[in-house]
Amino acid sequence: MLELKNVCFTRDNKKILDNINLKIDTNKFIAITGPNGSGKSTLVKMIMGIEKPDSGEIIFDGKDITNLKINERANLGISFAFQQPVKFKGITVYDLLKIASKKNITKKEACEVLSRVGLCAKEYVDREVNGSLSGGELKRIEIATVALRGSKLAIFDEPEAGIDLWSFNNLIEVFENMRELVKGTTLIISHQERILNIADEVILMRRGKIEKIGSSKEILENNIKNSINCCKVKKVGGNKCQN
Amino acid sequence: MSKLNDELLSDIDEGLLEEVSGLERLKDGAYNIRKNGQGIERKITENVNIITKQDKPGINIYVKENTKFEIVHIPVIITESGLKDVVYNDFYIGKNAYTYIIAGCGIHNDHHKDSQHNGIHRFFLEEGARVKYVEKHYGEGVGDGKRILNPITEVYLKKDSSLEMESVQIKGVDSTIRETKGVLEEGANLVVTEKIMTGGEQFAKTIFDVQLNGDNSSAHVTSRSVAQDNSRQYFISKIYGNAKCFSHSECDAIIQDKAIVTATPEVTANNVDANLIHEAAIGKIAGEQITKLMTLGLAEEEAEQEIINGFLR
Repeated sequence: MLELKNVCFTRDNKKILDNINLKIDTNKFIAITGPNGSGKSTLVKMIMGIEKPDSGEIIFDGKDITNLKINERANLGISFAFQQPVKFKGITVYDLLKIASKKNITKKEACEVLSRVGLCAKEYVDREVNGSLSGGELKRIEIATVALRGSKLAIFDEPEAGIDLWSFNNLIEVFENMRELVKGTTLIISHQERILNIADEVILMRRGKIEKIGSSKEILENNIKNSINCCKVKKVGGNKCQN
Repeated sequence: MSKLNDELLSDIDEGLLEEVSGLERLKDGAYNIRKNGQGIERKITENVNIITKQDKPGINIYVKENTKFEIVHIPVIITESGLKDVVYNDFYIGKNAYTYIIAGCGIHNDHHKDSQHNGIHRFFLEEGARVKYVEKHYGEGVGDGKRILNPITEVYLKKDSSLEMESVQIKGVDSTIRETKGVLEEGANLVVTEKIMTGGEQFAKTIFDVQLNGDNSSAHVTSRSVAQDNSRQYFISKIYGNAKCFSHSECDAIIQDKAIVTATPEVTANNVDANLIHEAAIGKIAGEQITKLMTLGLAEEEAEQEIINGFLR
């Protein structure tokens, strides 16, 4: 359903994405992991249209969407949860959920979705989506907007970023039920083992390239080995790690 | 005079009244309708008396003490091009009374002469009184005559009384200078929320002057505005903390096109226990807000409109 062909993106002489080729099938739960700066966020932003590739093609449901705007992609069935949920002044949770659902959902329907992402709905539905909400609350609202879109492809950019461990432990349950919540394919950037463990496939990225695609077990074992080797090199030789 | 007299009101009048007061809601409680410089209809209730001033144009409104809840509407409509209407309305709110006051001015100007309304409203609240005051400004008409509104609001709050003022002016008004003055005694509370949107060549200036004279008095002044096209806005806020008091003032503006917004916050602490905060933010719509709404399927222009609608709500 989604295919990236030879996608490249360079900024400040740095190859952020280095010839990415990737195919993702329908109804899969795919996790993307990898070190900071490996190009994960840029990759998912390319798919949503928030960034445009320097070269390469993005095909969605057989259609070339490389030059389509964000909203055109959204209307084809791609949705996106931001790593740092955007705050507004005056726009309420209910307003945002109404826009997300593409129709005039009732407050009751909005509350149902909020409950499913673990928020006590009545307390939140009329609140403004502003800085008075905590990081964890904003994340859940962000997830609710994606869940309401009923997308073919739902993208989550590192949902655990910026929230404390306790909040994330509660949030992770939401993701464990994600297959129910989001119909279609889920693409999620995460470093959390519990998230990787529920994925059908895990994509490991490093230095703008896809290094490996496999099960969470394969990826985690490899990754940990590499990290240990990396530390050994550092300890013995004091050289910069090349891995 | 308990029923709105349809013979006195044309379709244009009713349209203007709907904009500034809401026709249906007008029938609840007391009201005084002023059209083209003349009072045309009035209704008083057991708790609210309205008396015409003898020395100058305008009315005195008296709300009895301990009134539980009353609604008072005082809409002004101007349909005569070239009219310069000045009106003085004084509100006397009795001890512990709770009143909801809706004032507004609608100008319809289809001609080339300027139409102007200057409303000078003074509020005198006795101990423990509470007022919610909503003021709505609206302009319409195809003429090139300017629609000008210059409201002055003075609020005098006795011990433990509170007034919450909400003023809204969304386009349609060519020129506005709005002055709001507050004097607060012990434990009094003033909340002012202003929403302005200007476009074209429009001009809007807001001046707040608040004196916090009593211990534990507090003021919250919030201005949210959108300036589009070549319009200009000035926001001037002066807050004086003369006792152990708290104030928070906030000016938040979105600019678009070639509009100009100037914010001049001034806070003066004349007492060591005065706690005064001011925040001002002016800028274009945040790109990330547009991006987020686009990921929900809105086109860029639709996203901008949603953001502005929310901001000014």
